[in-house]
Amino acid sequence: MHAIDTEDLTKDYALGFWRKRPYRALDRLTLAVEPGEVFGLLGPNGSGKTTTLKLLLQLVFPTGGRAEILGRPAGDVSVRRRIGYLPENPYFYDHLTAVELLDYFGRLLGIGAADRAARIPRLLDQVGLGAERRLALRRCSKGMLQRVGLAQALLNEPEVVFLDEPMSGLDPIGRRMVRELILGLRDRGATVFFSSHILSDAEAVCSRVAILAGGRLVASGLLTDLLAFGIKGWEVVVEGADTAAIERVRAMAARVTPIAERRYAVELPSTARPDVVMAEMTAVGASVVSINPLRDTLEDYFMRQVAEHVRERQVRA
Amino acid sequence: MSGGRLGAVALSVFRESVRDRVFYNLLLFAVLLVGAAVLVGQMTAGQDIKIIKDLGLAATSAFGLFIAVFIGIGLVWKELERHSVYSLLAKPVRRTELVLGKYLGLAFTLLVNVAVMAAVLYVVLACMWWISPENIRASWESPALDPALLVAFLLIYVQLLLVTAIALFFSTFSSPMLSAVLTFGFYVIGHFNADLKHFETVIASAPLVWLTRALYYLLPNLAPFDVTAPVVHGQAVSPGYVAMTIGYGAVYVAFLLAAGAHIFARRDFK
Repeated sequence: MHAIDTEDLTKDYALGFWRKRPYRALDRLTLAVEPGEVFGLLGPNGSGKTTTLKLLLQLVFPTGGRAEILGRPAGDVSVRRRIGYLPENPYFYDHLTAVELLDYFGRLLGIGAADRAARIPRLLDQVGLGAERRLALRRCSKGMLQRVGLAQALLNEPEVVFLDEPMSGLDPIGRRMVRELILGLRDRGATVFFSSHILSDAEAVCSRVAILAGGRLVASGLLTDLLAFGIKGWEVVVEGADTAAIERVRAMAARVTPIAERRYAVELPSTARPDVVMAEMTAVGASVVSINPLRDTLEDYFMRQVAEHVRERQVRA
Repeated sequence: MSGGRLGAVALSVFRESVRDRVFYNLLLFAVLLVGAAVLVGQMTAGQDIKIIKDLGLAATSAFGLFIAVFIGIGLVWKELERHSVYSLLAKPVRRTELVLGKYLGLAFTLLVNVAVMAAVLYVVLACMWWISPENIRASWESPALDPALLVAFLLIYVQLLLVTAIALFFSTFSSPMLSAVLTFGFYVIGHFNADLKHFETVIASAPLVWLTRALYYLLPNLAPFDVTAPVVHGQAVSPGYVAMTIGYGAVYVAFLLAAGAHIFARRDFK
C-alpha cells in the first residue's frame, strides 16, 4: 500500500463571471509516494502544487481521476486522524493563543485532555515558540504563525504530513528547524509530502521529487536518478597569480572569474585536468586555495525541465 | 456526526463572541432599561410597567437580531476569507459538523444573551414593583413579575435561532454584505408575510396570486413569534400555540441548516 496514491488526478476551475471558461490547474497527475519517504513536490508559482495538496485533502474536489491516502479515498474523514497538514501562509483564529488553538484542534482530533496537556508544550518547544505561545494569534508575526502551523500539523503524531511551502516566512534558524523536523519525522517512519519552490531545501531533505509545470508532471523520481551526479567540471580557486599566468590558464578554462585582487575562480570543463592548472600556478609562485568538483544541482535540473516544458507548449501553440 | 467535535466547534464560536466583546450589549441593555424605568415612572401612572415590559422585549429582539445577523453571516465566511478552514477541514471534521457546530455556538451565545436580558428585565420590574404604591400596582393589567414574560422571551429566542439559520444559510454561498442584506430582507418580509396569503383580495391576476401564495409558504413567517402585545396586556398565550410556533421554527431551521450544509459540503475552497 502506498502512503499517497493519485491516478490521472485532474482539476479544472471555471474562470470568468458571465461566460465561464475552464482553466486546467492540474492535468492527469499520477503519483505514488511510499511510506516513510520524504517527497518533494516542486514547481514554479501556479504550477499546481497547492491544487494537488488541496485535492489530496479534499478542500477542492477533482474534475477527474482519483486520490488515496493510506489506502483510503482522499475525502475519508477517518484518514484525517492519521494525517497532518500545514497550509501555505497559514492563518488561524485571531482571538486564540497558540496553546488554545492547539487545544481546540486536539479536541477535534479526539486527543484526550491529559495527552493534549503533555503534547502541546512539547510541540511548541520543538517548533521554537517560547513566551509567544501565550500571545493572541493576531499579535503573531508571519514566522510565528508558520511555527504554530507546523505544531498543529504534528499534533496527532501523523503518519503522513502534508506541508505546503513549510519554509515560507521563516528565518534561517527556522528553516533549519523545519529541515531537522522533517528528517526527524522521516526517522520515526512518517511520510512527508511537501511542496516548495525553494530547491535547496528540497535537495537537503527529499529522497524523491516530482516537478510540476503548468499543471503537468514533467519529471519525477529519486534525486540520485534525476541528477547527474557525475562531475561536470572543476572549480579551482587560485591566489597570487599574475595576469600572464591567468591568460595561459584561460585557454583551457570554461570561465575565469576574478574574486578579489590576484584571486580568481577558474572553472574547468570535465575533460580538463586540474593538476595542470595547479602546476601552472605553482610555477609562477601562486597558490591553489581550493579545488571543488562541479555537479548538477536540483536547480539546474529544475530549470532545464521547466524550460523544456515552456518550449513544448510554445511549439504546440 | 460526533458530539465532541460539534461541542468543540460550538465552544470556539462562543469563546470568540466573548473575546469580541459581544456581551457588552448587555450593559447597554441594562442602562437602557433602568434609564427608561426612571423616566417612565415619572411620566406615567399605571402604564409604566407595561411600557418597560414592551421596551425590554423589543430591545431583546433588536439586540439579538443584530448579533444573529452580524455574527451569523461571518460564521462561515470568516473561515473561508482567512483560510483558517484549510487547517480545520484537514482534521477529522465533516463539513456538515462544521456548519452545525458554528450554528450551535451562536445559538448558545444568543441563549446567554437572551437569558441575561430576561433576568435584567425581571430585576428592573421587581424594583418597580417594590417602589410602587399599592393603588398603582392594582391598576396593572398583569403582575410585574409575570411568568408569561418567559414565553415571550422563549419565542424571541426561537425567532433569533431562525434568523441565525437564515444568515448562516446565505453565508455558505454569498458575500457577507449580500448575506446581511438578504437576511434583513427576510426578517422584514417575515413580519409582513401574512399579507401575502390573502393577496387575491388586492389583485386579480391568477399567476400573481399563485406566486404570492407560493412565497407565503416558502418565506419564513416571523409574526407568530411576537407575542409581546398579549403578554404585556396580561392575555394568555396557549401552550398549543407556543408548541406550534416552536415546531414551525424548528422545521424551518432544520431545512435551512440542511440546505446550508449541503451547499457548503460541495464547495471548492480555492
